[in-house]
Amino acid sequence: MAKRKLEEINAGSMADIAFLLLIFFLVTTTMDTDEGIVRSLPQKLPPDYKMEVEINERDVFEVNLNSNDQLLVESDYIQIGELKGKIREFLTNPYNSENLPLMEEITVERARQEIANRKQLIDNPKTPAASLGVIKSELSDWEDKLAAAEKVGPFRTLPKLAIISLRNDNGTSYKGYVEVQDQMQSAINELRNEWSQKVYGENFTDWNSSNDSDKEKIKVIRAIVPQRIAEQEPKNIPAY
Amino acid sequence: MSKFKKDDSSGSPAISTASLPDIVFMLLFFFMVTTVMREVDLKIEIKKPEAEAITKLEKKSLVDYIYIGPATMRYRSMYGTEPRIQLDDQIATQATDVGPFVIRKRTERNETDIPFVTTSLKVDEKTRMGIVSRVKHELRQVDALKINYSTTRKRVQP
Repeated sequence: MAKRKLEEINAGSMADIAFLLLIFFLVTTTMDTDEGIVRSLPQKLPPDYKMEVEINERDVFEVNLNSNDQLLVESDYIQIGELKGKIREFLTNPYNSENLPLMEEITVERARQEIANRKQLIDNPKTPAASLGVIKSELSDWEDKLAAAEKVGPFRTLPKLAIISLRNDNGTSYKGYVEVQDQMQSAINELRNEWSQKVYGENFTDWNSSNDSDKEKIKVIRAIVPQRIAEQEPKNIPAY
Repeated sequence: MSKFKKDDSSGSPAISTASLPDIVFMLLFFFMVTTVMREVDLKIEIKKPEAEAITKLEKKSLVDYIYIGPATMRYRSMYGTEPRIQLDDQIATQATDVGPFVIRKRTERNETDIPFVTTSLKVDEKTRMGIVSRVKHELRQVDALKINYSTTRKRVQP
């Protein structure tokens, strides 16, 4: 049988095809991955809602941002650069100052006790159904604190009602607002990183919440350094 | 006549382009992996503010976008220079459109994913907070409480 010579397939147009595909993807896709400062808004309140709990003045850290992007923090005018330090001070109260929140001492025994109390309340049929939600969320808070205390030993943390309250004006620029949010977040991140370095030798900000092995660690650090920023809604929001 | 006579004797041989497809394919795969499909046609201009302490939004499928900023040149005659809200491909005519937009997005999703949805606000840095507060207010009304202030990473000053 005569051997037919195999002809080579011409691959010259391959490059053209690939280029076409490449250009298609270049045009239809974007590189930009979204990143930013994540916050959660307060729940919407019923119109007749009245605040029942009394909050100590020392437990609230007030940050006001006016329409000229000037900062008023706890009735002092400060520069944006000073904000981070002030927030750190509020979150840790290192010198037990009377103007800053009274830190709570969390121990394993205390956490166990609180969890037992909450569980009893939940099992008790006399507990009003309306308060069950609150009790359950407190229970899971304490469970996280227990896990943290078991991991790091007794620690000091912010009391439950302490918050950073951020209020802006309708004329505040978005840039200024984000700058303030950024400073707050970096103060919290710094504290969290210090703890995570101490406990795990890693940075909190390097962990990924979708990674199962990091989840537990994130919970522990969050229980020690909570992030409590309340964005107050300004009055008379303009119509669009 | 030998007009098209091959001139083999002089000059260097042609460069082989056989590896060109491979190179282009490599580029192609690089872009396919690193990029995502464009979400919408922006009708407004956004220059995002810079920030340092930022988090990446991991799951793109769990993010809704709301854009706020002045209309681009093309649409300026129609919408003016004041900041506008863009939802999907359209500029919203009123702020109360935000709620129905979020709810419509919810119906497109798996029910179990709804509590994890983040609403990302892509806002121009020159915008005043009034309109942003309005959008936040509307989001609260429909219980879309997880939000993200979209920013770019701050460049380190030398």
